[in-house]
Amino acid sequence: MEYFAKHYDIAVIGAGHAGIEASLAAARLGCRTAVFTINLDWVGNMPCNPSIGGTSKGHLVREIDALGGEMGLAADATLIQSRMLNLGKGPAVHSLRAQIDRKDYSRYMKHVLETQDNLEIMQAEIIDLYRREDKWFLKTKLEALYSADCVILATGTFLSGRIYVGDVSYESGPDGMFPAKELGTAIRKLGVPIRRFKTGTPSRVNRRSLDFSKMEEQKGDEHLVNFSFTPQTEITNKISCHIVYTNETTKQIILDNLDRSPMYAGKIEGKGPRYCPSIEDKIVRFSEKERHQIFIEPCGLDTEEIYLQGLSSSLPEDVQADFIHSIEGLEHAQVMRTAYAIEYDCVDPLALKASLEFLDYEGLFGAGQFNGSSGYEEAAAQGLVAGINAAHKILGKEPLVLDRASSYIGTLIDDLVTKGCTDPYRMMTSRSEYRLILRQDNADMRLTPIGYQIGLIGEARYNAFLEKQAQIAAERKRVEKTSIPLSDEINAILVSHETSPLKKGCKLVELLKRPTIGYAELSPVDTDRPALPAEVFEQVEIAIKYEGYIKRQEAQIKEMRRLEKKVIPETADYEAITGLRLEAAEKLAKIRPQNVGQASRISGVTPADISVLLIWLAKSGEEND
Amino acid sequence: MKTIAAISTAPAVGGIGVIRISGEEAIAVAQKVFRAVSTTKSLAQMQGYTAAYGFVQSAGGQKLDECVALVFRAPHSYTGEDVVELSCHGGLFLLKKVLEAVFAAGAIPAEAGEFTKRAFLNKKIDLTEAEAVASIIAAQSEASAAAALSAKEGALFQKISEINESLVSLSAHLAAWTDYPEDDIEALAQEELEAVLRSAIEECEALLATFEVSQIVSEGVDTAILGRTNVGKSSLMNLICGEQKSIVTDIEGTTRDVVETSVRMGNAVLKLADTAGLRESEDTIEQIGISLSKKKAESAGLILAVFDCSKSLGEEDFALLQAIKNKRAILIYNKTDLSAVWEPDFLADYGKPVVTVSAKSRAGYEALVNAVEEALGTKDFNPYAPLLATERQKQCLGTALSCLREALAALHSGLTLDAVNVSLDAAISAFLELTGERATEKITQEIFKHFCVGK
Repeated sequence: MEYFAKHYDIAVIGAGHAGIEASLAAARLGCRTAVFTINLDWVGNMPCNPSIGGTSKGHLVREIDALGGEMGLAADATLIQSRMLNLGKGPAVHSLRAQIDRKDYSRYMKHVLETQDNLEIMQAEIIDLYRREDKWFLKTKLEALYSADCVILATGTFLSGRIYVGDVSYESGPDGMFPAKELGTAIRKLGVPIRRFKTGTPSRVNRRSLDFSKMEEQKGDEHLVNFSFTPQTEITNKISCHIVYTNETTKQIILDNLDRSPMYAGKIEGKGPRYCPSIEDKIVRFSEKERHQIFIEPCGLDTEEIYLQGLSSSLPEDVQADFIHSIEGLEHAQVMRTAYAIEYDCVDPLALKASLEFLDYEGLFGAGQFNGSSGYEEAAAQGLVAGINAAHKILGKEPLVLDRASSYIGTLIDDLVTKGCTDPYRMMTSRSEYRLILRQDNADMRLTPIGYQIGLIGEARYNAFLEKQAQIAAERKRVEKTSIPLSDEINAILVSHETSPLKKGCKLVELLKRPTIGYAELSPVDTDRPALPAEVFEQVEIAIKYEGYIKRQEAQIKEMRRLEKKVIPETADYEAITGLRLEAAEKLAKIRPQNVGQASRISGVTPADISVLLIWLAKSGEEND
Repeated sequence: MKTIAAISTAPAVGGIGVIRISGEEAIAVAQKVFRAVSTTKSLAQMQGYTAAYGFVQSAGGQKLDECVALVFRAPHSYTGEDVVELSCHGGLFLLKKVLEAVFAAGAIPAEAGEFTKRAFLNKKIDLTEAEAVASIIAAQSEASAAAALSAKEGALFQKISEINESLVSLSAHLAAWTDYPEDDIEALAQEELEAVLRSAIEECEALLATFEVSQIVSEGVDTAILGRTNVGKSSLMNLICGEQKSIVTDIEGTTRDVVETSVRMGNAVLKLADTAGLRESEDTIEQIGISLSKKKAESAGLILAVFDCSKSLGEEDFALLQAIKNKRAILIYNKTDLSAVWEPDFLADYGKPVVTVSAKSRAGYEALVNAVEEALGTKDFNPYAPLLATERQKQCLGTALSCLREALAALHSGLTLDAVNVSLDAAISAFLELTGERATEKITQEIFKHFCVGK
């Protein structure tokens, strides 16, 4: 029989990467918070890759850390191999990526949640959700009724989840967990615009059945960089990954069995991610490619399970085994878990505000895959913002909206709530127009002051940040003042790095502008260099080398923020605005942008519409005077 | 707010045409183009609601048209800002010239409905009027959308799309390569990157050159006739004009004022200025003429350098050949009606087209027309080929070009590809401004279309 259990300020549904950051942020900001999970043993699960970071995702993790989130610290504590990707391609696209001990990560996160003040973590399946008298009510399968002022939906792939393997299909969450079926029905009943997306995961095989002598080894970096700007853990590489390739036989097996794929047979309605194609997709769409790369990634230190990155599939189990065995090095692979496609309910993110609260449902927030994104890092980033904003709502504070120029987090959320998505949204560096400024190395410079202001960054950390900032400023001054006299030594250095020798002495800063010359090269002649952390020198060097570009992007940002400051009232009645084209009025009414800048990024809204909007804004301002 | 200007009368032939300038700098801008003859007061000294009669002149000081300037002082004007209205005799061509001069003086083009928008923002018109304004803006944007649609089918749109496609696929390749470092996407070879950038740069330059060609065909190119005293410059001018315009005389240095006239040669229109000799003269009056000629030579788009074959080449001739080394010039071997003391082959060594002419007996005119058209690229002028027609198109293309050059320079200096890619994307954005798309979306689409990426 139903019974009333308890009231919370904030209830979070789901303890995946979004739910974790959301509930921690809410609790840390002083709100009484509950987080519900279907299975307490899989908090922060990684049902897909056992890895965190990668291009632009590594940026997100560092931004989460800079704002006071947990993901970076957890990844540092549980990583078993780490690499900085894209070295040599430029600082804007350097990205950290680490292999994670999956179980260790989950254990770490569970314990962080368990020990967090103001936070209660519970195993319970929420089967109903409704609003009554300014409160949200959540009912569990065991008939407990909880109430909350704010609810954050972080349901991942659980919501009305359905798994497909060949012609077999059944209702399920990821990794053999229960799906949240009744909750899916309850959310549809609310009237929230729901869509079906799908994603997939490859097989796991037993390490002992693989022939590593036929594989390329991929080691971690020698010099490792922490995700967190205030590292708590000494990090080391503990494992290697490997690379194998598909071949003509693999291709033939897949092509011969395409009719047995639920995707190609049209059984799955969900929209899959373009960037995360199944192996059958890759073979069909890029038939001219002779081979595809497969990464062999260990799932942890205390398991023999190996993840086959690049082989996600929804073909029948027997076909999967056949094509795996066709690959050199995997001839005798023993499959431990079969690859599957999973279809799930998610929301059209155009129904959300930039605060991640629903436009039409007060106190209801969405985060992570539920919002149409994909990836652990994208989820965590949204969870953090949703958690902060739910807390701000409780505390009567203005919502935190990070703009596109502040961060990848801001870019991700702006893309979702302004442009929407037609397939699961993955972050990419190419999605940011300000990427020379939004680097992974300066996430703290961009976001830690905001984290401090919100209250997620403590005094000690903030003081350390201020000191770093002061060191950067002082070092910049020093290189601008310090002269390097003409000498054979300096010219020998310059010539050996294919840059022209000096004719007379010059300032240190002039030498640092040269693309092939950095602090490392100049150390023999820069004798009075103070002892500073490597990150300080890195900031100074990047700022000098890319100064022209950085200045240009800063000018663009200034221009962008001008329109971002013109706030549009939530009550705007676009259909009553004379002169607005019908298409624009419809789009604006649906998306309800918070400011003119956001409005200008909506596809189908023209500069003329923006003029009309500005006039209307001035007019309504006048009426309110 | 910036000072804006536009032709505010209907774009039709006849009647008067009004150019409206509005904004804080309106009077200062008008002051630069307007010369009063009815009053000694400058526009800045005039009261609101007063007028002055005079003429408007181009940025170069050339008289364009008679004009009445009406001054309105803020807030007592249509827009509520300082406003100057220049009423000219009309004729779209002339009005455009005046508007060009106003832009050169510091105003920027007004957007659709912008005067009215400002009027509203400055509370000069009431709410009902404002709503009407909004409709006008909407209607104008529909009209420009229709214009854009027809441009889409045009040759220019196709050409720009072609160039842009090559850049988008380059950027998508770079993006896929950086965003998916673990997928086996081949790095772009520096040579390939360079080749695409170079070819886009060349195409942009060629398109920008069409702007010049179409300007040369419609508006004309500034042409200077240079040569030492008495080589027959004035006769050449007359040959081209086919009428007695400058005085032809044997006395050195009588052509003191620059006389300007426009003539058509084939497809090209030449704006000709006769010049005083390049000879260093001790005569002060002549020197004024000479310095003006030199100035003219510097700014000219085409130089006709004249040499007298009946007299030995002198120091001044060689100085002239040196001065025009990097200019678009035609060397004219003149006075073939007299007995020559040197051969035209001598001029051929300077790498410029040489035309043999007798300005006096009108021989060699056809050859001259031919050489002019060759030099200006108007010979094969095809009005249906991709042509830049508007300032806006030229501006977008110019921005794209400078971004592309920046990308190439970054590549050469050894800067990392993330910086190169930022310049490349800026170039794409400039192109897409002409087609109304957004760069980041276009590139993202391209990545997934052409690269097999992701786990």
